[in-house]
Amino acid sequence: MQLVFEHVTHTYQIGSPFQATAIRDVSLTIHGGDFAALIGHTGSGKSTLAQHMNALLRPTEGRVLLDGKDINEKGVSRREVRQRVGLVFQYAETQLFEETVAKDVAFGPKNLGLSPEETDARVREALERVGLVYADIAERSPFELSGGQMRRVAIAGVIAMRPEILVLDEPAAGLDPLGRTEMMRLVHSFHEAGTTVVMVSHSMDDVAENATRIIVMDQGQLTMDGTPEEVFADAARLVALDLDVPQTCRLSLALRQRWPDFPMCVRADEAYDALYARLKGGQAHA
Amino acid sequence: MTEEIIALRDVCYQYEDAGKNAVDHVSLSVRRGEMTAVLGRNGSGKSTLVKLINGLILPDSGTVLTDGMDTKDDAHIWDIRQRAGMVFQNPDNQLVATVVREDVAFGLENTGVPSEEMPARIDAALKAVNMLDFAERAPHLLSGGQKQRVAIAGILAMRPDIMLFDEATAMLDPRGRREVFDTVRRLNSEGMTVVWITHFMEEAAECESVHIMHDGAIVLSGTPREVFADRERLRPWRLDVPPMAALAQRLRAAGVALPEGILTIGEMAEEVEALAARL
Repeated sequence: MQLVFEHVTHTYQIGSPFQATAIRDVSLTIHGGDFAALIGHTGSGKSTLAQHMNALLRPTEGRVLLDGKDINEKGVSRREVRQRVGLVFQYAETQLFEETVAKDVAFGPKNLGLSPEETDARVREALERVGLVYADIAERSPFELSGGQMRRVAIAGVIAMRPEILVLDEPAAGLDPLGRTEMMRLVHSFHEAGTTVVMVSHSMDDVAENATRIIVMDQGQLTMDGTPEEVFADAARLVALDLDVPQTCRLSLALRQRWPDFPMCVRADEAYDALYARLKGGQAHA
Repeated sequence: MTEEIIALRDVCYQYEDAGKNAVDHVSLSVRRGEMTAVLGRNGSGKSTLVKLINGLILPDSGTVLTDGMDTKDDAHIWDIRQRAGMVFQNPDNQLVATVVREDVAFGLENTGVPSEEMPARIDAALKAVNMLDFAERAPHLLSGGQKQRVAIAGILAMRPDIMLFDEATAMLDPRGRREVFDTVRRLNSEGMTVVWITHFMEEAAECESVHIMHDGAIVLSGTPREVFADRERLRPWRLDVPPMAALAQRLRAAGVALPEGILTIGEMAEEVEALAARL
């Protein structure tokens, strides 16, 4: 599986006084097995980019290719594209609408034309994969659930389509700290199970701990693309773009003023190891 | 000066048909000029607590005194709401007008402030949140952080003594969060009493005091240093300490002689360098 952006530009409301170019000449390739984090300020074009991944938006210029095929070309089934590339919106729980949780999750598979038995099996599997117990929750109204549960139901609705790529727009936004941790664990589990993940996020700490690749957008353009180590190695540049970096990176930057050779620690464990070596290693000799 | 400006005495409140108290025997004292953080999981009673403080809801039992006035006293309720302004989570639900200046004017118009007095109050409020240059703009074209600052200006124009923030940074990006938090810290340094509900431990670390709520009760109160001293103690309420405090505690547990009480990156860097110099 490969999702390729070729010189993609998107301009909203062309010809109106509100005309605005949200992304400009973006080229990138999402490979099967990636856990790519998409970061940047509000208005940097992250969400616009994400919405091109399943043909929800069409490029004004350029092409988006899924396994070599232009997904916006005539004759390409949009339904098939959206089954293969699942998109979970920000605050997805606001899009629940059915009377029961089971019906809500079944909406997608039913539209794929699956049999009632197959649909039911998909619903059970999807709810289980998002950590909800089918028997407890299937017949309840989604509107009786907590915010975190509602968001899981919304994600289950996308998972039930068995997408190859899952695109999530800030899945942990607004959740409390434990809800955040659980959501990141969940997204991580999708990736572990073989789904390619693209996650829009503002939380550099979440990104550092989970992503295998980081794509930085700034003012509609792709400005950095690499592993967390590569991207955060240039933490000073991210800070200059007024973007957040993980707290451990900020600590590394501060300590490098004293010890230029102090490693750039992306994750908490690395910071622990580096500090332990410097402080305890020294003590052993003393 | 330790004048108590918010006082809750054994307060209970239950929503209709809930079957249990959303706020359960809570006592709380906030000094004039204090910035206090309230932490807790969703559903722990934080929002209910601040609604009790400005009289949006009234206690079933116990007493809430806001700026010396009992919220149950009908004669004072409008006064209380003017003196204790509230800012909510979603910036898009709080702005009503098509121009920033008019939005800030909204509260003033509703409370009968003389119209000749309004421009000066609006300008002062927008200036205080660094949004005066945007006075003639349309609110819907602003960033999240800017919208929240306009919402704060709308409250400031009412000249409150207390500001209550219910997860005011939860829906903002990191830059917007910093803009809003820094604005509120500055207002506090100029004397505003602030109650700051948040999920961000690093914000709580910068407040003077921290209260943790769980199942409607305040289960732990103290300075950030006291409250974040022990990661294990917060586990039952499913909260964690700020990242630097967690890192320092792990290193201490492994025998690294860092002092207690590290909460921020600055403190961590300083203590690490100080310890390295002694080795």
